[in-house]
Amino acid sequence: MFRSESEDFPEFAKSAYRFMDTSYPKFFKMDNLSKLAFLASEILLTEEILGENENNIALVFSNSASSHDTDRKHQKSIEDENGFFPSPAVFVYTLPNICLGEISIRHKLYSENSFFIFARFSAAHLELYANNLLRNGKAEKVLSGWVNFDDNTYESFLYLVEDEGEIVHNTEEINRLYNIL
Amino acid sequence: MSELKEELKSKIIEQLNLEDVSVGEIADDDALFGDGLGLDSIDALELIVMLDKDYGIRLSDPKEGRKIFESVQVMADYIQEHRTK
Repeated sequence: MFRSESEDFPEFAKSAYRFMDTSYPKFFKMDNLSKLAFLASEILLTEEILGENENNIALVFSNSASSHDTDRKHQKSIEDENGFFPSPAVFVYTLPNICLGEISIRHKLYSENSFFIFARFSAAHLELYANNLLRNGKAEKVLSGWVNFDDNTYESFLYLVEDEGEIVHNTEEINRLYNIL
Repeated sequence: MSELKEELKSKIIEQLNLEDVSVGEIADDDALFGDGLGLDSIDALELIVMLDKDYGIRLSDPKEGRKIFESVQVMADYIQEHRTK
């Protein structure tokens, strides 16, 4: 869909944003994790895929690095007693689930959302959690997956789960798709 | 004063990550919040930090910012009068 030679994530993210022809200036204020989650979700949460007025979509994300990338930036800004100028715009991203809020605001989702921190990708947990939400009528669809960013190393794998999906939603299939990456 | 206003415009664009805005597009009297540049409450806090860090101005009451950050012109007037560095 999109390829860039840039090894620097902010540059890559900017190119991808431009390529998607998206108009959402708030994107440039986001931290790296939110930018990554935002770009990945933009591919799936389109009107063509979802249909109009579809907003009962739960978000179930996970990663291993939490918000450490941004936490470190914040830590750096408060290390020096004589240069103590923490940035409010950085501080507000020192939680991993903020990226879920960004996606919810962007797509006007008033749905369930959860962010889990695992040592490694856990298809079984994501499957169980998404199934529970669907089974209990908490959501019509679930955008689920793994969005990890740490020190310019990043990985994003999102998929949409619904009753009428094309691929069977089970641990084996989720792992198979994840390992294609 | 004109130099300070240009400096403020550059700092606002850079520090608030206004990717699609250029210095030439910000008029001295443009509203920074609301219908103008559309800045939000987190941006206001960033501007308060900027006043402290770059001009040595500490606002004791964050509500003061509402008036000071009305436009680049108002900001420049305030900085000119109160700066300690």
